[in-house]
Amino acid sequence: MNVSPASPRWHTLVATVENKPGVLARVAGLFSRRGFNIHSLAVAPTNDERFSRITFTVDIEGTPLDQVVKQLDKLINVVDITELNPAHSVERELMLITVETGESRKELMEIVDDYRAYVLSDGDDSMMMSWSARPARLDELEERLRPFGIVELQRTGRVALPSLDD
Amino acid sequence: MFSAGSFHPLHLRPRSWNSRLMSTNPTNGGEALVRALECEGVEVMFGLPGGAILPVYDPIIDSSIRHVLVRHEQGAGHMAEGYAHATGKPGVCMVTSGPAATNVVTPLADAMLDSVPMVCITGQVPLAAIGTDAFQECDTTGITMAVTKHNFLVTDPQDIPRIIHEAFHIATTGRPGPVLVDIPKDIVDPVNPRSAMTWYEPDSVPMELPGYHPQTDGDPALIQEAAELIAHAERPVLYVGGGILKARAAEPLLELAELLAIPVVTTLMARGAFPDSHELCLGMPGMHGNYTAVTAMQRADLLVSLGARFDDRVTGRLDGFAPDAKIIHVDIDPAELGKVRQYNVGIQGDCKVVIEGLVDITKKLGPGAQADRSAWRSTVSGWQEKFPLTYEQSLPGDKLKPQFVMEQLRDGNPDDTILCSGVGQHQMHASQFWRFDHPYTWINSGGLGTMGFSIPAAIGAKAGMPDRRVWAVDGDGNFQMTAQELVTATVEDIPIKVALFNNSYLGMVRQWQEMFYDERFSEVHLSDHVPDYVKWAESMGAVGIRVESPEEVAPAIAKANEINDRSVVIEFVTDARENVFPMVPAGATNSDVVVDPSQQHLLDGTGGDS
Ligand SMILES: Cc1ncc(C[n+]2csc(CCOP(=O)(O)OP(=O)(O)O)c2C)c(N)n1
Ligand SMILES: [Mg+2]
Repeated sequence: MNVSPASPRWHTLVATVENKPGVLARVAGLFSRRGFNIHSLAVAPTNDERFSRITFTVDIEGTPLDQVVKQLDKLINVVDITELNPAHSVERELMLITVETGESRKELMEIVDDYRAYVLSDGDDSMMMSWSARPARLDELEERLRPFGIVELQRTGRVALPSLDD
Repeated sequence: MFSAGSFHPLHLRPRSWNSRLMSTNPTNGGEALVRALECEGVEVMFGLPGGAILPVYDPIIDSSIRHVLVRHEQGAGHMAEGYAHATGKPGVCMVTSGPAATNVVTPLADAMLDSVPMVCITGQVPLAAIGTDAFQECDTTGITMAVTKHNFLVTDPQDIPRIIHEAFHIATTGRPGPVLVDIPKDIVDPVNPRSAMTWYEPDSVPMELPGYHPQTDGDPALIQEAAELIAHAERPVLYVGGGILKARAAEPLLELAELLAIPVVTTLMARGAFPDSHELCLGMPGMHGNYTAVTAMQRADLLVSLGARFDDRVTGRLDGFAPDAKIIHVDIDPAELGKVRQYNVGIQGDCKVVIEGLVDITKKLGPGAQADRSAWRSTVSGWQEKFPLTYEQSLPGDKLKPQFVMEQLRDGNPDDTILCSGVGQHQMHASQFWRFDHPYTWINSGGLGTMGFSIPAAIGAKAGMPDRRVWAVDGDGNFQMTAQELVTATVEDIPIKVALFNNSYLGMVRQWQEMFYDERFSEVHLSDHVPDYVKWAESMGAVGIRVESPEEVAPAIAKANEINDRSVVIEFVTDARENVFPMVPAGATNSDVVVDPSQQHLLDGTGGDS
């Protein structure tokens, strides 16, 4: 069930869109009407307030992927869309996770130090921390913390930019 | 030509009717909307008022724009489409919120699939009421997102001129399509302070469309490559679609085809883009295409697709379609290239520009560069001789053969007649048996296949082309969906002629049940008795004529053509047993085309393989 988003069948698309009402619905609609699922999605304004950048990962390949990218490009509000090649891009994702501390606070703190995560909130029997890294590394930390008992977890979905060497 | 004195073709309307609005600048959103439409050159629009759009209907009284009041909003949408198809100008319709907006969804989807330039204005509840389930509220932009090229919800009256300009720009450039502008009542209602705005000319401010840059020029290197590929082809076919008409490229197409002496097939959307009477014209390909068009594509070594999109009704089963053909695909919409069939050369560009480029290069290459295609031409003309479109004439006492009626209709009208069609057997018979020799003389619903299209589309075409003769070919099922627009035609003095093919059946569905469901007829028989179409036509102010025997057909058509002050409906009582042939059965490849029963024996052995 837990397919890693790093596996090759996932594709990362980055779209620059107008920062306007309804744009996300138009983009999402092109996937839903074909029965495609969007695995992760991150949207926020760019340095230019008129535009937002959407990063999404999808489980589509070949002609359907090509087709959906072309259709997205046709949307009037989409300024630009590219598929990022994982070998030539940098991806990051942020995770907030609340874990039961119970008897094992010390072991937990070791992991926190190990991963250089931040403790955001410390309760009597649980602790909330944040960490940002490559999505695959987040999976790894998630698995390490699972045995302690995950109370709540929220990941942002990945954001990505092309790397500078190419 | 028109005997009725009350008919005012639009361009004859005195400009002074417009005086009030022209003399003062709009000060509110409603006036600005109407003025903006005038600035875009709108001469006629189709619509029906209601609560949310009421404030816009007041300045309409003083506008130069002719408003045609329809009987159902679906009619307004199809009229706008018919107008656009016939004139090349964007069709405009305007309706109120809620149920009126949902009533135009079908024409929007129709215009989307057939790339028809159209602007639809919808009223919306006041801004503050949006999202509260207010009376006659629906999420119009949400509902129409997937059936428009783009839509807008306007929230500030100051934006109206700019957005109207953007709407027309989007509708008419690149791959044309429908654009909807949803306008909340408060921003157009002069009694509401929110409607106040300062007027500016729509094109005096920059458009705000950073993501819209349709590309029209084809890549010269690719055009060169395409011209060379064509030169080497021994069995090429020009596969011509509706994009040729959108690009207004019929002339350069003729030049290209003649220069290369390559046969041409014209899809259902492209009938008339290349003259049927031209020796290179093979007619319509596809599910009900003629044998030669279907088979020439199937045997081709090169298909040059110009503004066509490899629709499943053309290709049949895809993995068996044109198996030996290389593909040159030219389309203004990059998303069409490679969507269905991989291409060898794919050119994004306006068909006219690309075809002119191909003509230039072909001339430079010279006639010596072209492969010898004499064998191909004689093979093709052999098929044409062997498998012409045909049907069995009726025996005495039989009902009329629809093909016979269609031939009589063709022969009884000038070749610049505009022919509109509904959807069904009559549509296929019209496409097959009419002779289309001019572009923009054939208007039908190809992509969506919308029953009820023909009557409103014909009214729209006639409103745009008042001096042309406009015939609507319709089926009895179709007629019962939108016939009420003949009332509109009467009241608005837009007389059309309707050839109603009454076979008492949803004929096309009956044909499928006969051929593929063991003649188990389920819910396809309409009625042999009701309605009385002659009375119905007359109650709507049209002339009604019933024709039952072959010798009455031509005189009835001639009589209809003499009546120009009102609409005419001729009910032809036709034979329900008659099917459309040729036919490629669903799921079969185009090599398995079934021809008319009288020709089927010719296929065995020789015909199929020559
Ligand atoms: C709105 C709509 N509903 C259903 C259909 C399916 N359909 C296609 S052709 C047809 C029969 C049309 O009957 P009629 O108008 O009598 O034409 P005929 O085929 O008999 O010439 C039907 C029901 C359709 N195309 N459009
Ligand atoms: Mg019928």
